[in-house]
Amino acid sequence: MAAAFETPPLGEYPVIPLVREGAMAHSRPFVAKPELQKPLGFPGELTPGWEKAAVTKLGELVSQSRALQVFLDSCVKCGACTDKCHYYLGTADPKNMPVARQDLLRSVYRRYYTFAGKHFPWLVGARDMTKEVLDDWYGYFHQCSECRRCSVFCPYGIDTAEITMAARDVMDSVGLGQKYSNEIIGKVHKIGNNLGLPGPALRDTLDGLEEDVKEATGVDVRFPLDEKGAEVLLVTPSADFFAEPHIDGLIGYAKVFHAAGISWTLSTHASEAANFSLFIGNHDNLQKVAERIREAALDLGTKRLVVGECGHAWRVAYSFWNTLIGPFDFLDARYPAPQHICEVTWDLIQRGALTLDKSANADRVVTFHDSCNVSRASRMGGVPGGQFTIPRDIIRACVERFVDMAPETIGEATFCCGGGGGLLTDDLIELRVKGALPRMQALQAVVDEHGVNYLAAICAICKSQFSKVLPYYKHPMDMIGSVHALVGNAIVLKN
Amino acid sequence: MSALTIAYALLFYAATGILVFGVGWRCWVYARTPQPLKIPIPPAPTTRGGVALRMLLEVTLFRTLFRSNKWIWLFGWTFHAALLLVLLRHLRYFTEPVWFWVDLVQPFGLYAAFAMLAGLGGLWARRFLVDRVRYITSPSDHLMLALLAAIAASGLAMKYVAHTDIVALKAFFLGLMAFDWRPLPADPVLLAHLALVAALMIVFPVSKLLHAPGVFFSPSFNQVDDARERRHTAGWSAQIVRGR
Repeated sequence: MAAAFETPPLGEYPVIPLVREGAMAHSRPFVAKPELQKPLGFPGELTPGWEKAAVTKLGELVSQSRALQVFLDSCVKCGACTDKCHYYLGTADPKNMPVARQDLLRSVYRRYYTFAGKHFPWLVGARDMTKEVLDDWYGYFHQCSECRRCSVFCPYGIDTAEITMAARDVMDSVGLGQKYSNEIIGKVHKIGNNLGLPGPALRDTLDGLEEDVKEATGVDVRFPLDEKGAEVLLVTPSADFFAEPHIDGLIGYAKVFHAAGISWTLSTHASEAANFSLFIGNHDNLQKVAERIREAALDLGTKRLVVGECGHAWRVAYSFWNTLIGPFDFLDARYPAPQHICEVTWDLIQRGALTLDKSANADRVVTFHDSCNVSRASRMGGVPGGQFTIPRDIIRACVERFVDMAPETIGEATFCCGGGGGLLTDDLIELRVKGALPRMQALQAVVDEHGVNYLAAICAICKSQFSKVLPYYKHPMDMIGSVHALVGNAIVLKN
Repeated sequence: MSALTIAYALLFYAATGILVFGVGWRCWVYARTPQPLKIPIPPAPTTRGGVALRMLLEVTLFRTLFRSNKWIWLFGWTFHAALLLVLLRHLRYFTEPVWFWVDLVQPFGLYAAFAMLAGLGGLWARRFLVDRVRYITSPSDHLMLALLAAIAASGLAMKYVAHTDIVALKAFFLGLMAFDWRPLPADPVLLAHLALVAALMIVFPVSKLLHAPGVFFSPSFNQVDDARERRHTAGWSAQIVRGR
């Protein structure tokens, strides 16, 4: 693999690296051109006076968010978070320690909005808003995947994701946006999905899938699009429509619906579960992108909303949809809230509605990667921790051999794949490879000990990220796969 | 009435005012600021009772910190628990007659002063010895530790090195509380101790000490994980809804 950087070596056990200042100072994603900024309601580029505008915007954001208000005051610099971020562990750059990342923004907030920072800036590390500070922001707030691992370990629950989102929102508001995320959000507004896949192309893809499944199983499994009156509207990340290994997940969902006799449909208008507006922390875009889902459900007259395997989409659906696009009074009273596809599948398995043949996955030794947004920003089922047990229960129902990775690397403490939060772009490949280190370390241990050969996930970003970075760590790229690919393999279908 | 007594009396009225109104103002700001979205962090309880229990465990046992880092927890919890005992012990200088349980606390409060210093020492040592913590430490972090350590040390000095006229001191504070001023003993260690305490009270509302009220307002901790069951709106998210 030709690369301008070295893949970090996996030692025998995880190590907390010593600080190496400036180790990732060169890491910056491509900047969005003006034509990508404007459709999102942002200025095209930095213009004179941006410093003042940025400070004003920061003040507005803080005054509108209790989280920011409390988090910016409360940090005592105890250091509990300093060894928790996968980007710090993988790069050793001290500005990737969560507290230091927060301080990039906190220092500016203090300078303009606190007594101590206004009068004694040197004492509390307060800084003026300058181009140098902005460059630091742009570099390091795009080295945070908003995974919230640090906040699980913070004694005050300070959530670095909130700080990163605020910083990105401030930067966008003065005309400094990130190309990758903003281009994608623009496509969703314009075409309906992240990939810019228009309706006819989507229909074509789904027809192809129907043929593939027919060929493989002899069963007519449908992949409906825009069918009015279907019971379920499935909203899934557009990567599921064509990317590997995602597509096997989509086939899995279709087989589940088929086997259970549930009528379902996809929507061209809402052909995307992802909502990258979350990543850039902009609530106007967040709401606008979410609103498509409500419109599609009302237009098609569907009675249930189900979300496919996508981490941050499930966060938005679980935690924010009710706020942003609720109330869901138009849904079936038995399913009054959006459901995760894993909830649907697990419910059917428990009721005996699916016939599963584990031997179809006999060659697989499976482990499960908890995706950050599912683990730390949402839930499944009726009890706390359902987001951890339900996907594992589904996997166990479909495979003969399942093992978990080390407990400090899964569940609430799961390590990010290294590509979440709007960082899944090739211009950040060094960061992505290095940020994957803690997960790769834990994976290597179960590969060595148990012969794990399948890394299951329920997030489109995780799947793409692992496909890309697994080879850097000497694993085959097709080791990563969808949970519903396992279901799709194991499920016994009748015509 | 000596100038010294007047100066210290005014100092303590001012410090108390700044502490009470300063912290009260911050709390009001926290309470008034809306939290538009649900962002509880796991392990997030699904009931209000669960949230109360979570908060209780956080502020009494520092549960999350224990999970994060055993050294910081050991030093931090020791310091805070000891500080609490010391503060309770000091109630005897502000009450007459002294409440019986304050009497009971006295011997523990005495040992606690040493524990407090030990905890502070551990926390301070980390700021030099752990490179990550050294990187994130600013001058104010050292100053805050210095201030607390100096308060503890000057307090201990009065117990073990140079006793002060504690009866007169108590009369001074009871007098302050009744707006009936009594002379303050002009004892250097005592004056230093009191000045440092007043300084702590004054910086409280403009420093990281705001973590004390802040933790109760932290949405990650105090929100109930029921986003699907109950529709939550506040601030801009409430306005979006009206706009539809």
